[in-house]
Amino acid sequence: MSLPRLTVRNLSTSFPTEDGLVRSVADVSFTIAPGKTTALVGESGSGKSVTSLTLMRLLPKTAQAQVSGEAAFVTREGRTVDLLQLHEASMRRLRGNQVSMIFQEPMTSLNPVLTIGEQIAEGVRLHLGLGRAAALAHARRMLDLVEIPAAAQRVHEYPHQLSGGMRQRVMIALAMACEPTLLIADEPTTALDVTIQAQILALMRRLQAETGMSLLFITHNLGVVAHHADDVVVLYAGRVVESAPVRDLFAEPWHPYTQGLLACLPGQARRAGQPKPRRLFAIRGQVSSPLSPPPGCAFEPRCNHAEAACRGAMPALVPAPAPAGNERQARCVRAVAKLQQAALARGVAPRAKPAVWSAKVPR
Amino acid sequence: MPLPRAIRQLMHRRIVLVAAGVLGVIAVLALAAPWVTAFDPHDTAVLQRLKSPTAEHLLGTDELGRDLFSRIVFGARYSLAIAAFTALGAVVCGTALGLAAGFFRRLDAPLMRVVDAMMSLPDILLAIALVAILGPSLANVVLALVLVYTPRVARVVRASTLVLRELLFIEAVRALGVRTSRILWRHILPHLMSPILVQLSFIFAYAILAEAGLSFLGVGVSPDTPTWGTMVAGSQPYAHQAFWVVLFPGLAIIFTALSLQLLGDGVRDLLDPKLKKVG
Repeated sequence: MSLPRLTVRNLSTSFPTEDGLVRSVADVSFTIAPGKTTALVGESGSGKSVTSLTLMRLLPKTAQAQVSGEAAFVTREGRTVDLLQLHEASMRRLRGNQVSMIFQEPMTSLNPVLTIGEQIAEGVRLHLGLGRAAALAHARRMLDLVEIPAAAQRVHEYPHQLSGGMRQRVMIALAMACEPTLLIADEPTTALDVTIQAQILALMRRLQAETGMSLLFITHNLGVVAHHADDVVVLYAGRVVESAPVRDLFAEPWHPYTQGLLACLPGQARRAGQPKPRRLFAIRGQVSSPLSPPPGCAFEPRCNHAEAACRGAMPALVPAPAPAGNERQARCVRAVAKLQQAALARGVAPRAKPAVWSAKVPR
Repeated sequence: MPLPRAIRQLMHRRIVLVAAGVLGVIAVLALAAPWVTAFDPHDTAVLQRLKSPTAEHLLGTDELGRDLFSRIVFGARYSLAIAAFTALGAVVCGTALGLAAGFFRRLDAPLMRVVDAMMSLPDILLAIALVAILGPSLANVVLALVLVYTPRVARVVRASTLVLRELLFIEAVRALGVRTSRILWRHILPHLMSPILVQLSFIFAYAILAEAGLSFLGVGVSPDTPTWGTMVAGSQPYAHQAFWVVLFPGLAIIFTALSLQLLGDGVRDLLDPKLKKVG
């Protein structure tokens, strides 16, 4: 295994507000290996987008974000740079060139007054130093690559002439034009309808296989995660609550929050060994206010398994005793007990049914 | 090119077409002034003073016997030039200020307070004060009017920039590594073209009125320069004997300003999709 493309260590982002400091992202660490996909999963407000914007250093200056931690990125040239410390001019040279980003809203992420060819060409001219004609030809090739029919004609069209799926393809072409080694995709399929989602995901997968880029995939769609990610990092209230390789996570989620998320999937309502579909599962309550976080585990007020130990202090992120290179971590007091159990039971007893499948469905 | 289609749409409304026609005639006359006039606008002929319109003097003569038609046509050159330079200057300065204030939040408060202060004074009063300080000359009148109208443009441009800078595609080009100056020039400025164009036509009209007002009050260009304002001002004591000496330059001012306003309205309606009629 080679050096990770991106190593994020103890990333924290806080915003001063009138009501006090809000820690949107707290102590987040993860890695992305070359050519692999790491998914960042969590509900709205869990800090997914703030993490990506922090890494791109695109948080608005007016937000006066306080960022700490480290994001070691291995450049194409093999140098390791810290994305959070890099000089603004050097950062600008990386953006769109080695680190690219796709946004959630393809309808509004394109400039309506420029043709899509001009917009793709802009980054190409900037980073690859191509001339106008060569850049436009490159733009046309990129449109071909993202499977837009009649690329030679489309390249001269304006964004309003394209459908949402087409525009997301253009955004991908835009982000991929300089062959980045790291692509940050911030919910790239959320605004699209389901059939188009599948096409876009398949396209991204194909491009990833062809170019060997790393992908930081931000989503709240666990179905997408199961199909496309290699590693999963689950965020809750700005903290990592669980991180695991995708198979392990889906086979046996350790953190009650992850269990809850999986139980929320419509398919799970049927899977509980019962003939007729049950009610959809929902995690009760709401995310606690970032201004007054609970003293202990952030998930404790919503957790069905909360114990006295959960209310005392924030549980640490406990790593698994790594058998067979399994890199798993969970932030739950119960996970510790579970880990010992799992270590004992591994290979002996059949896998325990995850607790959530027998959890009470709240009315 | 989308331009011809835009012009066709603009001319679809009869009133805008008429306005454009009037402006076109005035502009052609002004450009061709030496060839369409029979008299030098400065030639005095005391025996011919205050003659009513005849075949020889189409619009009559003024108190010094100068041909009114020649003076109005030559005056159009001065009046239109002053207004054009004022409008251009105000739009360029106002756009720069508005962009800076709208895009760089740090500059917003200081810049806009100055703009607010300038806008709190009546236009013509501020212009009089500025000309009084700078001294009356053609260039200084333009400079004063530019200073008067820059804040208007700045306000409009700032407001639009504030909206634009928050749009996702601006963040998206930033994520492509495009530098700020280029974002302003290539990604924000084109979106400001419609408010800027509308402001341009309105300020053009205001500037014609303001120049006439300044000249009428005697603080504008020197009285021997035949602008429409100086003509009304100079001939005004004779209005009760010969109404045409003030009527015709006054009509020239009214028609030009009105046509510009109508054209500006037409441009605004064309560029604002919310005002577009259905079908």
